[in-house]
Amino acid sequence: MEEINKVLVLGSGALKIGEAGEFDYSGSQALKALKEEGLTTVLVNPNIATVQTSEEIADKIYFLPVTPYFVERIIQKEKPQGILLAFGGQTALNCGMALFENGILEKYNIQVLGTSVEAIMETEDRERFADKLRSINVKTPKSVAVTNIGDALNAAKKVDYPVIVRAAFTLGGQGSGFCSNNEELEKLASKAFSYSEQILVEESLKGWKEVEYEVVRDKYDNCITVCNMENFDPLGIHTGESIVVAPSQTLTNREYHKLRKLSIDIVKSIGIVGECNVQYALDPFSEDYRVIEVNARLSRSSALASKATGYPLAFVAAKLALGYGLHELKNSVTKTTTAFFEPALDYLVVKIPRWDLNKFMGVSEEIGSSMKSVGEIMAIGRSFEEAIQKGLRMVGLGMHGFVGNKDLIIEDIEYELNNPTDKRIFVIASAFKKGYSVEDVYQLTKIDRWFLEKLWNIIETEDELVKYNDFNSIPDGFLWHAKKQGFSDFQIARLVLNNHEIGATDKEIIQIRNHRKSRNILPSVKQIDTLAAEHPAVTNYLYLTYHGEEHDIVFEKDNRSVIVLGSGAYRIGSSVEFDWSCVNALQTIKKKNYRSIMINYNPETVSTDYDICDRLYFDELSFERVMDISDLEVPYGVIVSTGGQIPNSLAMRLYRQDVHILGTSPNFIDRAENRHKFSDMLDKIGVDQPEWKELSSIEDIFEFTEKVGFPVLIRPSYVLSGAAMNVVSNKEELEHFLNLATQVSKQYPVVVSKFLMDAKEIEMDAVADKGDIIVYAISEHIEFAGVHSGDATIMFPPQKVYVETLRRIKKISRKIAQELQISGPFNIQFLAKDNDIKVIECNLRASRSFPFVSKVLKTNFIDYATRIMLGEKVEKPNKTLFDIDHIGVKASQFSFSRLSMADPVLGVDMASTGEVGCIGDDYYEAILKAMISVGYRIPEKNILISSGPMRSKTELLESGRILIDNGYNIFGTKGTCDFYKKNGILATMVHWPDVNKKPNAYDMLKKKEFDLVINIPKDLSQNELNNDYIIRRAAVDFNIPLITNARLASAFIYAISRYKKEELTVKSWDEY
Amino acid sequence: MSLKQYKNAKLILEDGSEFTACSFGYEKSVAGEIVFNTAMTGYPESLTDPSYRGQILVLTYPLVGNYGVPGKSMADDMLEHFESEHIHTTALIISDYSSTYNHWNASKSLGDWLKEEKIPGLFGIDTRKLTKIIREKGAMLAKIIFDDDIPFHDPNKVNLVNEVSIKEKKIYGNGKHKVLLIDCGVKSNIIRYLLRFDTTVIRVPWDYDYTNDDYDGLFISNGPGDPTICTPTIKHLKTSIADDKPIFGICLGHQLTALAAGAKTYKLKFGHRSHNQPVLEVGTNKAYLSSQNHGFAVDNKSIPDSWLIYFQNLNDDSNEGLKHSSKPIFTTQFHPEASSGPTDTAFLFGDFIKAIETWKK
Repeated sequence: MEEINKVLVLGSGALKIGEAGEFDYSGSQALKALKEEGLTTVLVNPNIATVQTSEEIADKIYFLPVTPYFVERIIQKEKPQGILLAFGGQTALNCGMALFENGILEKYNIQVLGTSVEAIMETEDRERFADKLRSINVKTPKSVAVTNIGDALNAAKKVDYPVIVRAAFTLGGQGSGFCSNNEELEKLASKAFSYSEQILVEESLKGWKEVEYEVVRDKYDNCITVCNMENFDPLGIHTGESIVVAPSQTLTNREYHKLRKLSIDIVKSIGIVGECNVQYALDPFSEDYRVIEVNARLSRSSALASKATGYPLAFVAAKLALGYGLHELKNSVTKTTTAFFEPALDYLVVKIPRWDLNKFMGVSEEIGSSMKSVGEIMAIGRSFEEAIQKGLRMVGLGMHGFVGNKDLIIEDIEYELNNPTDKRIFVIASAFKKGYSVEDVYQLTKIDRWFLEKLWNIIETEDELVKYNDFNSIPDGFLWHAKKQGFSDFQIARLVLNNHEIGATDKEIIQIRNHRKSRNILPSVKQIDTLAAEHPAVTNYLYLTYHGEEHDIVFEKDNRSVIVLGSGAYRIGSSVEFDWSCVNALQTIKKKNYRSIMINYNPETVSTDYDICDRLYFDELSFERVMDISDLEVPYGVIVSTGGQIPNSLAMRLYRQDVHILGTSPNFIDRAENRHKFSDMLDKIGVDQPEWKELSSIEDIFEFTEKVGFPVLIRPSYVLSGAAMNVVSNKEELEHFLNLATQVSKQYPVVVSKFLMDAKEIEMDAVADKGDIIVYAISEHIEFAGVHSGDATIMFPPQKVYVETLRRIKKISRKIAQELQISGPFNIQFLAKDNDIKVIECNLRASRSFPFVSKVLKTNFIDYATRIMLGEKVEKPNKTLFDIDHIGVKASQFSFSRLSMADPVLGVDMASTGEVGCIGDDYYEAILKAMISVGYRIPEKNILISSGPMRSKTELLESGRILIDNGYNIFGTKGTCDFYKKNGILATMVHWPDVNKKPNAYDMLKKKEFDLVINIPKDLSQNELNNDYIIRRAAVDFNIPLITNARLASAFIYAISRYKKEELTVKSWDEY
Repeated sequence: MSLKQYKNAKLILEDGSEFTACSFGYEKSVAGEIVFNTAMTGYPESLTDPSYRGQILVLTYPLVGNYGVPGKSMADDMLEHFESEHIHTTALIISDYSSTYNHWNASKSLGDWLKEEKIPGLFGIDTRKLTKIIREKGAMLAKIIFDDDIPFHDPNKVNLVNEVSIKEKKIYGNGKHKVLLIDCGVKSNIIRYLLRFDTTVIRVPWDYDYTNDDYDGLFISNGPGDPTICTPTIKHLKTSIADDKPIFGICLGHQLTALAAGAKTYKLKFGHRSHNQPVLEVGTNKAYLSSQNHGFAVDNKSIPDSWLIYFQNLNDDSNEGLKHSSKPIFTTQFHPEASSGPTDTAFLFGDFIKAIETWKK
């Protein structure tokens, strides 16, 4: 074995459904483990918002696509001796397997550290793997691998309906599903074949328990299972869609250890070196089982297992890859005991997925065998009731726990129990309220009665609570009982006072809080120490519970600690970028000799890692819990501006209770957050904004649109279905939207604002000190206004903005910073048309683009912000965006392929699940790298264009010429073709999907005859459930790159005409 | 936990600590030694493990009773799902009790079983706080008080082995290898493992003089309490180790063999009671997870010549097993028969049978 000095680590790229922040955590830990060994590390990951792509974590960072082509070029340049494939999800694994199969690893003499590629490939090919398991007498589901639809139908005959279809080599179950007849199978199989050449038709084990083990093995064949987990939902619901508990709750010792032993046998026979997870189906009526999946890499579950147990799986896996034995490593929590052990928990955790399905048009809310959730939370408690109620609050969808919520409108309870949706748990609550028994619900859901009984206990307590009319009359014992079941003060107040308006102010919540304090009914802080208190541990990993009489730690209360509030569950609009901001704030706090305290509950994050802060409270970011912790810690202050919107909206409430909020005063935060106050302020300081009004009747809305003219942007406060915001272009659309999608009343007013067409959107990210701007970055959207800033493609520094516009933007920003006395991070969004500037939004917190601009400018905005918030007087850096010679482009990652039926168009509401940021020597290079990083491919030959309305037809005219000049074939739908022909551009006409003539767009999509589809929606209403929708959806379903914005399409076409793939430079971050 | 009222009881420790809790088992005041176990599964197995005789058991995993208690089906003349006929712990202490349970194999709730066996059970105690007290001050005496106060009682002062050992010889199976099993409080799973091979298991009382009996291999079982109390057993073992027949001992059996060989035992501060004790086969890189339940240990410094340390604990380096340098004798402090716990070291039963086969040749 050649000596290894330099190791290449593959990241997972942009966050997407099925592959999210957990790989930032696992990659970061692996890099730390390598660094500790004195190795040089090279990281490839275009996800610029991650913590792992920060200075001091890897030695060299490439913001380039994780594809064999780019990785080979990096290998040529860096000449590493080793490579790690297991820490960047399926993306890294697939890339690694391709590098192996293409002979690249051999060519450059690179050793795969950890599990061998051959072993990984064996686990990825389901048929080979099933054979292997059979050879060691391990059961797998009856299953037939097929490569065409005819064989699939035959296989179903053998296996018997219902069957499950699974596609090999895909992320988290893409293209998978249940079928109960030939027709359904035919439909699903044809889709699955577009992702994978091979699919499996398997026996359905619906209703079986689903159990998972996280296994670690070293090169000496020593093996442990770090954690087992049990799904609350029975088999049939993807584990990423399921509520999961750890450890298992309903398994006897025999079942637990039978499956544990099998896991070890499997892992030993594969020859894993590092981490592996094994998923089982377990018969609820016997000890029969099937192995349903094995992942020979770090996974979402392993990240969860790490956080659930405190065992640093990724860190240990990296050390094992370097050749250590488990018994040679220490348990990094206790520091004295060995890493060869299985954690003993004295609590349980509950993981709950977070869905954002209402962000998408047309998507089904039913959950099943493929993953749709965009994030997850982990709740820790010492009873199931406590953990699940905490967790339901943490998910952040306005729920207060299992009960005490606003009433759900459920049309058919039995149907919904039988066909679970993203709201399944609340449907269970409603069913119980309507008189369904545990047994009834069990029959309809097959959820283990044990879980249902525990939920029933919560209902019983609710029924008892409503019998009281004031807090003083609740017996202490019963109040304890409710708190032990995870009831929040809010829930108790609402149930006791029977008042659904609670929450408008904190009056009642403070009342019950004070009552509790006077009765000494308080939570205890407990440590997660991996050994259930058997050995003393100096762990800083904490949670709060009411099942306790004493705290495990001593509180200094010396005003030398700073609490950072995290960002909670990843969701559309808030993800890894806020984790980066929080981690950077923690680092600066430490450097400035304060003790850093983190509160967060997202198991996919680095901010919840055991070694990132002095104390980690893995607990709720609710007013109640933050107050609990603040009361105990008595910190110097609390930072609310690095964790996105959740902490930001707590600022005022904490401030009113005399919690010291660091940075901008909450009074000013409120002034920016409150639409009316902010608008008045802009008027006062003479800053322009789009005309807007809050209206509560349809007549008023018509009157207003009459006055300002169409189009207008509508923001309802109550949403019936579909996206919350919309742009409407005429009265007809307006009526349609108001009738269908929303409700207008005094209680639910609608905000209507003038929408500017063809306006540029420009962002200011900055940090100020008492109103004086210290650092700033101005970036420009490629798309015109109308595409949410989280979905837009953003360039920094701006390339196509008038100098005068920039000057005005700086001037306005200064005025706003001054007026709001900003101390800390902020972001302002502007509209610019000609040199006319309007402010559309202002947030007095770090924004999504902070890591992007910080890394492109190489100026850490969060470090500046944190120092300012700690009261330090900082110097302005002597570098601005005008001093850099490179360009960064941030592009968005969409996960439409996961969201069956969703219309893949962009609108004013955000739909992307992740992003990348790439750097180039010029704009076109950067955009091309960024777009390849989010899955676009440089087209070979054929491009299908439907260019939409006249404005975008014109926008795409020059692009059409460029494509022809570069030898591409353009196919167009009728209008596009006519337009191109009129302008002398050759295009082949294809018929719309609903026209029964050839050539037909849909047929050609199905046959994958296009390399790129450009489909521009005709209007902004998003209600195009017609031909265009079919084309867009087919592009997504058949995995053909799709662009739906004319500005982005033309930027991409310009870029591919200027750069060939080989001309893209391979430069690491430090070379810019 | 539903809202119905549970009777309150007090747990009082020797150091004066007091806890108030709810009763879900039999309501009577009891006293014993308080110990904790960090296993997350296996309460029916633990409660019927004779090694817990005289002890008040604290489970650190908070949710207990989830899957109820299995029925009393028999297999090989033993209760199929338990480690002995009855509960041996003096009492059970947990944090959160599942009064409703669910499992296809369950026949009753944990609370009903405790009541049937007349064993107190308490829930609603901060078991982490309690565990920390035991960890810091060591295993200590404790009592559970309902209405009548009773004095503390030290079970290690009495002969617990005599209480749990079989009274008369009993024979299991009808195989070609005759294993003589000295029952100091044997767990049924040891017998089940031995019967997986072609064996006849002759189970004899702890003080039975077997030295003139006909057998092919000797097995010394686990059991409760201080090993030095079992003087007759140690005496018999001295004769046996002078002989050359294969011997395998587990837990108390390991300690008794060590004492017979001339080594010394001592009381651990709070014992090893868990499913996650890491042991290393000395001189190799082979590590195993083991299930353990012991308060006493063999002193590594006292091990006589011609004996080798077979296994050692990776956490505290304490002795986990011995083997003779030339004879087919080996013993383990941990429980290869698991039940409850991990089954990583079950291969040792196979090794024992192989040793018998070799000896016979």
